[in-house]
Amino acid sequence: MSLVSPHDRVGPDDPRVLLSAEGLTRRFGGVRAVDDMRFSLCEGSITGLIGPNGAGKSTLFNLVTGVDRSSSGSVTLFGEDITKLRPYQRARKGMIRTFQLSREFGRLTVLENLMLAPQQQLGERLPAIFFQPGAVRRSDDAVYERALEVLQISRLEPLRDEYAANLSGGQKKLLELARTLMIECSIILLDEPGAGVNPALMQTLRDMIVELNRDHGKTFMIVEHDMDLIAALCDPVIVMTEGRHLMEGSFDEVRSDPRVIEAYLGGAA
Amino acid sequence: MTAYLVSMLTFTGFFMILALALNLQWGMTGMVNFGIAGFYALGAYTSGLLTAKLGWPVGLAMPTAVAAGFVAGGLIALLSLRLREDFFAIVTLGFGEIMRLIALNEDEITEGPRGLKIDARPFAGMFDRELYPIVYLILVASVVALAFIVVECIRRAPLGRTLRAIREDDVVAEVLGKNVLLHRVTVFAIGGAFMGAAGALYAHYVQNISPEVFMPMVAIFIWMSVIVGGAGNNWGLLIGAGIVMTILEGTRFIGDFVDILDAEKLSALRIILIGTLLIIILRVKQGGLLPEQRFTYKGSQESGRTETQTSNA
Repeated sequence: MSLVSPHDRVGPDDPRVLLSAEGLTRRFGGVRAVDDMRFSLCEGSITGLIGPNGAGKSTLFNLVTGVDRSSSGSVTLFGEDITKLRPYQRARKGMIRTFQLSREFGRLTVLENLMLAPQQQLGERLPAIFFQPGAVRRSDDAVYERALEVLQISRLEPLRDEYAANLSGGQKKLLELARTLMIECSIILLDEPGAGVNPALMQTLRDMIVELNRDHGKTFMIVEHDMDLIAALCDPVIVMTEGRHLMEGSFDEVRSDPRVIEAYLGGAA
Repeated sequence: MTAYLVSMLTFTGFFMILALALNLQWGMTGMVNFGIAGFYALGAYTSGLLTAKLGWPVGLAMPTAVAAGFVAGGLIALLSLRLREDFFAIVTLGFGEIMRLIALNEDEITEGPRGLKIDARPFAGMFDRELYPIVYLILVASVVALAFIVVECIRRAPLGRTLRAIREDDVVAEVLGKNVLLHRVTVFAIGGAFMGAAGALYAHYVQNISPEVFMPMVAIFIWMSVIVGGAGNNWGLLIGAGIVMTILEGTRFIGDFVDILDAEKLSALRIILIGTLLIIILRVKQGGLLPEQRFTYKGSQESGRTETQTSNA
């Protein structure tokens, strides 16, 4: 499924690594939410990130995308140290994320939620609005056309003029994923895309991820508690516990590892 | 009577400019500004002092006031980088009070509570006394129109969409690659510039400004205008500003008919009336008289119209 087998141990210097972290630590008072964490995300992979509640998975996403500042350690994207960059600068390099509790723009319509996503639009520049109205309109028309395609792909077409706040939880998840389709990006970080999504929508979501990975070459990192989703999509799987990197491997390797069973899966597996 | 009406309309114009600026900052971008009176004062005193003390021509002093508002707005917005929204609101409130207290206490420059007398007027001597107030009203109306066009163009452009996204969730906007700080600084600077313009227009209209005019109450009247009219809707706030001004001015005459009200009671009563109005309107129409409109694009289900009116979700 992925270009890189989990059995190849790849270091952060490997050219196939798009995103990596070394020694990443985030302290909240005395608590180390993320503690000397490392990982490498290989081009074309769908990497799973699992671990018990409170293991620091979402905090790790926050550190990687710049929403939160790390206490120490570094993040490297496309071979460049991005530890000091602001979130929007990291996003513009081609790394997009979603949130655990979906965060849509409530009082924007579904269509607008999509249309605002493309980065550095001409019509976002003040002088262009007043001095190049024609060019702004043409550029926005192109964005509109693209949004229509994404509405089709994500099956959100019937809801296009609905306020995003009025969508169901699952539809919001879908919208968040659809929004990433509007953006020229190579890495998509998904924080629990399956949480609260009904089985039918879940299938749509899963199809979209596979299609994006296979046909569009997008690299994914997915935090998820739904082990079916992890088993079906992710290779390798990284296990985090107490803010640390516990192990990584294929889903089967992870599932049968006694440390993981102890830390996370318990008797449930 | 005509003279009174013209003067009232002129004052309404100042309110409209301030309300349009606030709508850009808060209604569209979600940045709370309680320091409106401060920007208003900054514009008024900049233009007033430059003409009265340094003898600058009005044509140069007024644009300088606009520039001062622009710079002050931009600098204050820079603070939003490290401040949560509610703390930022308090900073703006502080800015407003600082401006007023400077005007009050630096009386060697500003004349403090005695009031600054400003002789200079735009188009002075070009029109006769009868006509001048109307010319001034036209000048104010032009600035209202300019502010309206600028704010409305931004609202309709992709930039407006991005600003509303920042209003809804600035963190998500940022991780989507939007330079939130830059947008906030821009919006606050433009709003500050228009507020500065309103202050300068006010100063050369009344020709005597003193610090008590720039109490935080001004900010509250402008907030009322925007909320009553409908936050996010530029047409609505024009109506809102009209309503607030009508109540402020209209109630001035109640004292003539009701003997038991002295001036002090009356001024308190006016504030109560405006508060009551706000409560009633928000009970009846939650989004204000003209709520923010939902954007739809061509080929949308509600075909034929580019925007549809909806109540707030």
